[in-house]
Amino acid sequence: MISFSAVSKRYPGGQEALKGISFTIDAGALVFLTGHSGAGKSTLLKLVPAIERPTSGSVIVNGQNVGALKHAAIPVLRRNLGLVFQDQKLLYDRSVFDNVMLPLSFTGQPRREAARRARAALDKVGLLKRERSNPIQLSGGEQQRLAIARAVVNRPAALIADEPTANLDAESASEILDIFIAFNQVGVTLLIATHDQGLVERYGRRVLHLADGRLVGEGTPG
Amino acid sequence: MIGWLRQHWQALRAALAKLAGQKSAGLASALVIGVAVSLPAGGYALLESLREMTGRLALDPQLSVFMGLEAKRADADAVSARLKADARIAQLRFVPKEAALTELKATEGLAEVVAALGRNPLPDAFVLRARDTRAETLDALATDLRALPAVAHVQVDAAWARRLAALAGLGRTALLLLAALLAFGLVAITFNTIRLQILTQRDEIEVSKLIGATDSFIGRPFFYLGLLQGLAGGTVALAIVWGGLALLNAQVHALAESYGFEFRFAFLPPQDTLAVLLFAGLLGWLGAFMSVSRYLREIEPK
Repeated sequence: MISFSAVSKRYPGGQEALKGISFTIDAGALVFLTGHSGAGKSTLLKLVPAIERPTSGSVIVNGQNVGALKHAAIPVLRRNLGLVFQDQKLLYDRSVFDNVMLPLSFTGQPRREAARRARAALDKVGLLKRERSNPIQLSGGEQQRLAIARAVVNRPAALIADEPTANLDAESASEILDIFIAFNQVGVTLLIATHDQGLVERYGRRVLHLADGRLVGEGTPG
Repeated sequence: MIGWLRQHWQALRAALAKLAGQKSAGLASALVIGVAVSLPAGGYALLESLREMTGRLALDPQLSVFMGLEAKRADADAVSARLKADARIAQLRFVPKEAALTELKATEGLAEVVAALGRNPLPDAFVLRARDTRAETLDALATDLRALPAVAHVQVDAAWARRLAALAGLGRTALLLLAALLAFGLVAITFNTIRLQILTQRDEIEVSKLIGATDSFIGRPFFYLGLLQGLAGGTVALAIVWGGLALLNAQVHALAESYGFEFRFAFLPPQDTLAVLLFAGLLGWLGAFMSVSRYLREIEPK
């Protein structure tokens, strides 16, 4: 599903964020990406939806070489990936419901069908009753759940989450993780970056550990 | 196909919502565009009306040959013979001074004036039409006629009409220049308003790109916004032209009537009205297109 081989990323200015990264994530897997801040987790995640391009090596997603993808092909790649960000990137000028409708509007499907899918996504994250609210009225955990609903509404094959629990209390964080686990159980591939070691150990899944831009450890804790 | 139409409908609705959201700013730019477009459109309407009027006056060039006052009928007969022999002349009419006087007396208000004069102040005259009506040949013919014995004055009646036509041509060129300049202005106005729109929606654009919107999807509402703004400006321009002509007509009609003829400035005919709207809309679209191609690419998620 997602495969990195000898991937390096050097930013303009000489800073080398990733050095010779290779790994493969099979379809349907749930993988944690750990490491201190500055270890290169965010850079690695940005290579998957072509927000950044690798300096060398290849990133293959769904059989496509993402690094060589044409500008016009990127939107289709991103629609097949659900992206969840640490800062959620919600739009505060519209309701919870309209935030989830946004990715559905790109494909020009009938509004009734789109609304049905948006409500189904909101239901899965427990926000159906809040559809008319503005995202600003939601708690931190609810905002992150809304971001997940928006990420999954197009039924992507994979979800990429960057520090989805970073600013949340323990209870909200485990709610978020439970939602991810539930998606994984129905076959969605997940790649979750986190620096919360306790969280990773509790779930006992495969872990990729980054330090200073290198993949230094790989395994299953516990 | 239906999906494609739906996307365009969505974009149009989004653009309408943006336009409604702008309120006073949107109204202001529509007014600015409207005033800019109304200048060439109004000028064109005025010129067209004048052209229609001059067309009603005979543009067929006539030459009048006036004999000297002291010329005898024999002199006139001699000139008449020369004129009849001239191949350049298509039609010839002799107006003896007595007939001219009778005609003058018949003109309202002039009978008393003529009676007061006591003697006939009018000369014998010939009115003729040339076979070739080009300006150079007419002028050459007039020069030749002036050289005939006992001829006092030759008048090319079409001269003023030709001058008017030349003036109208000049006016048309000036209008074209004005229209071209203002078209640049209009594109610049839309370019700028769309740029501001893009910047205020930076967040939405960035998030949309991040979760899989194509550039054309993101750009489409802005194209419609530019088009709508241009159309709104065109409508304002037509309203200004219509109002301006109505104001002018109130005065001009009375003035023309005092000269005894019917004249009004006509509003642009339907096809020209449509052309003004389409042109304004097209320029708005062009401004939006330039703005979108310039600024949309700059907003990339980091």
